[in-house]
Amino acid sequence: MALQAVFFYLFAFVAVASAFMVISAKNPVHSVLFLILVFFNAAGLFLLTGAEFLAMILLVVYIGAVAVLFLFVVMMLDIDFAELRSGVLQYAPIGVLVGLIVAAELIVVIGGSVLTPVAASSITMPIPNPLVRTNTAVLGDVLYTHYVYFFQIAGMVLLVAMIGAIVLTLRHRQNIKRQDISAQVARTPETAVEVVKVKPGQGI
Amino acid sequence: MDDTFFSTYGWPALVMIAQSLLVLVCLLVFIAYILYADRKVWAAVQLRRGPNVVGPWGLFQSFADLLKFVFKEPIIPSGANKGVFLLAPLVSVTLALATWAVIPFNENWVIANINVGILYIFAISSLEVYGIIMAGWASNSKYPFLGALRSAAQMVSYEVSIGFVLVTVLLCVGSLNLSDMVFAQRDGLGTMMGLPASFLDWHWLPLFPMFIIFFISGLAETNRPPFDLPEAESELVAGYMVEYSSAPYMMLMLSEYAAILLICSLTTILFLGGWLPPVDIWILNWVPGIVWFIMKVLLIFFGYSMVKAFVPRYRYDQLMRLGWKVFLPLSLAMVIITAFVLKLMGWA
Repeated sequence: MALQAVFFYLFAFVAVASAFMVISAKNPVHSVLFLILVFFNAAGLFLLTGAEFLAMILLVVYIGAVAVLFLFVVMMLDIDFAELRSGVLQYAPIGVLVGLIVAAELIVVIGGSVLTPVAASSITMPIPNPLVRTNTAVLGDVLYTHYVYFFQIAGMVLLVAMIGAIVLTLRHRQNIKRQDISAQVARTPETAVEVVKVKPGQGI
Repeated sequence: MDDTFFSTYGWPALVMIAQSLLVLVCLLVFIAYILYADRKVWAAVQLRRGPNVVGPWGLFQSFADLLKFVFKEPIIPSGANKGVFLLAPLVSVTLALATWAVIPFNENWVIANINVGILYIFAISSLEVYGIIMAGWASNSKYPFLGALRSAAQMVSYEVSIGFVLVTVLLCVGSLNLSDMVFAQRDGLGTMMGLPASFLDWHWLPLFPMFIIFFISGLAETNRPPFDLPEAESELVAGYMVEYSSAPYMMLMLSEYAAILLICSLTTILFLGGWLPPVDIWILNWVPGIVWFIMKVLLIFFGYSMVKAFVPRYRYDQLMRLGWKVFLPLSLAMVIITAFVLKLMGWA
């Protein structure tokens, strides 16, 4: 247990410190890189609690896909940092408000489970023995057996969002050359080659 | 107190460090010769001799290159973002070597036999793109940046089809553990037809389309030719590696080859039965499993270097078309078909 405590404090400290660096780094690309470090340490924390599947999915989805796109966009943008930072105090009240709301919600949730652990555990499903059923299988039970309709609806929402994004951005330009692979493959010497007999000195 | 602490934490840690070092050293030597083999195969296809000066038949060429890289001066461009510039090769090489912790080379020959082994590999190899993006961005120059952007788009695209290929294999195996994947290939199509356990049982036969998709996606994922657009020398000089020299360059190169070997080993484990002998007879069973494993990895790698030698480079739009319009629908369809077959036949 001592070793787990050491690793917990290591991951937690690095996560908090790099989360701080995300908002304080001058360069936005550095911010995104620190954000990736936060995700990485969060995955480490998941591992410590035994949620290995969640840890790996966090790595694959958030770091492997979402943060890559983030980084992609941030690297391509040419941002003027001085201009961006000039009005930052203007938003301070809203930031403080959001922070307070999140803190209050956290206190309510954690306080509830500390004060009345029985009530808090009665609204969640019982946790199966990890030795009998791996947490990958248990997550599968929850997603695909108990809450399959919610899962499907969430999938539909994402599909609609995706189609919407494509519809909004897709433009078919008419006068450009496009490669049609099937047309290329279907070409034969008969359709592609024309044999012309040219008389000397006359051209075609 | 000290004694118990040592026996609970100290001794296992020492064993693990020793195992990791052993794997690391073997892997690095193996990579040195894989590089040599790659150059030799490439040269043979083009009717050249390849490296043949350092040592007998040029066998020590990679080590000579290593010394050259180490003793040359690393040059950091003045416009570069110094920290990220030096971090990028470190990140690439660390990630490329970290994946080897879960690879089973033989029965029980694995450093970390974790339950989610395949997901771990998938996660870490999806992080490998960061080494490239960071290298390209920190160089603060045109060609590396273009190379990094190409590479990011390419690796993210082909990861999707690799993911679906992994899902199909998972459906057949029913476990995320890599050793279980090899054990699952001890019986299959061949034994169902009444034959003794042989290479016909391995996943390459029932999942043949996925085997091909995995092979080609592996080429794209590791930026090998014909998908080496991130470092296309005719357009981008050396892509994201343009500004790198000496040891940092060597690290990028090393991580690239470690990633290639990893994809070869993964193909071996997923589709070619890992350490299992091709036919289950005593004389082949007597050969250690690690020998079969290495031979299968070398077979796949030979395929990789032959592809490098004789397939011309893809154009970028063709690359994207292949990934999104051919492999993605095909692998998605195969996931559904495999799931239905397994369920209807009662094999799952």
